[in-house]
Amino acid sequence: MRFEVLMADTAERFLCEPHQSVLDSMERLNRQDIPVGCRGGGCGVCKVQITHGEYLRRRMSRAHISAADEVAGIGLACCVIPLTNLTLSVVVGPNVPPPQLGAREHS
Amino acid sequence: MAIRGVLRIGEVALRVLDMAAARRHYADYIGLIEVPVADTAQVYFKAWDEHDHHSLVLREAASPGLDYFAFKVFDDATLNQLTQRVEEAGLTVEHLPAGTYPHSGRRVQFELPGGHLMQLYAEKERTGNTLPTRNPGVLPDEGVVRGMRVSRLDHVLLAGPRLAESTQFFTEVLDFDLGEELIDNDSGMQLATFLCCSNKPHDIAFVLRNEPGGFHHVSFHLDSVADVYHAGDIMGKHNISVEVGPTRHGITRGATIYFYDPSGNRNEVFSGGYIHYPDLLPLTWDTTQLGHAAFAIDNQPRPSFFNVVT
Ligand code: FES
Ligand SMILES: [Fe+2]
Repeated sequence: MRFEVLMADTAERFLCEPHQSVLDSMERLNRQDIPVGCRGGGCGVCKVQITHGEYLRRRMSRAHISAADEVAGIGLACCVIPLTNLTLSVVVGPNVPPPQLGAREHS
Repeated sequence: MAIRGVLRIGEVALRVLDMAAARRHYADYIGLIEVPVADTAQVYFKAWDEHDHHSLVLREAASPGLDYFAFKVFDDATLNQLTQRVEEAGLTVEHLPAGTYPHSGRRVQFELPGGHLMQLYAEKERTGNTLPTRNPGVLPDEGVVRGMRVSRLDHVLLAGPRLAESTQFFTEVLDFDLGEELIDNDSGMQLATFLCCSNKPHDIAFVLRNEPGGFHHVSFHLDSVADVYHAGDIMGKHNISVEVGPTRHGITRGATIYFYDPSGNRNEVFSGGYIHYPDLLPLTWDTTQLGHAAFAIDNQPRPSFFNVVT
């Protein structure tokens, strides 16, 4: 069964393939709704807040998703597998700077 | 000068989220050889053409990333000299007696300015590359060279703050050469540095990032560019997460694919590059040529190069 993801901030929608993560399905459709990094739950770049729907989670780095985050519906899109339609939005956290070409040394 | 100080990266210890998936990735796909070690939760691997007991150590944990990395030095006297210099440079050195790590002699450990744990050691059990040392021949038995056919660890790239200090530590304390650097065109600030202790175009590299202790990638050596494509075929066949490649780095001129292990730790297969000698002048790239410096075929910088670490 295929479930729909609704991006809360942009009202964009896309369909997820069965048993595929939200990020995998998005990439398969050549979409760029969510930033893509390692695709393995390690880098935190694809962090999302899920506000509606049910889903399975693969193991995610505790450096990016705390136990409290999990309870609050924050997850990594590469590890989130929909069980119903989902509504979510991209989270840009302190450990995940927005894409930039250079980094700056802070003093 | 012949290589007699720090020899090479000899050990990288990574955390993974799922050991079964990591074993499939590093052993079955990359082609590393798992070496049995008694009474430990860690899993140990070597590449076929490495002569020491192991070079990659994995540990299952709640977050991926780097536990520590270790360089092998020429001998015990060298280890003493370098230890003294590291202490004189003001770093706190922890002495780890022989046997602290399996099949290993004593080590010293210290934290780099960017927050990475580094070790030096002179001895690790030599188990060889399956070929004898007298009349070795050239071809190991069927099955020894497998998967992506990686022959050895090549280098690591680490992300963290205080890049200039880490770079200076390697050049002034450990006698590495600065091979290449990437600088910000406006400010002149170093964004990435590439350091050599051998004839390779880099043995370790650093990229600037605010958060300390970041792991950017571990790189495995391949004999030829054709092997890089063969490695890419294995990635495609098994749906391994690929970041970029096959392409060529401007910096180092090596042929490359960047990819990820199942826990998100970045790996690289790397082949070629020029021969480094200590009398070469450092090469400087600036951000007006960022794309060409990073990936010299399509000249496109990838934001993920700076943003994605474990
Ligand atoms: S892409 Fe790295 S954690 Fe999802
Ligand atoms: Fe590399």
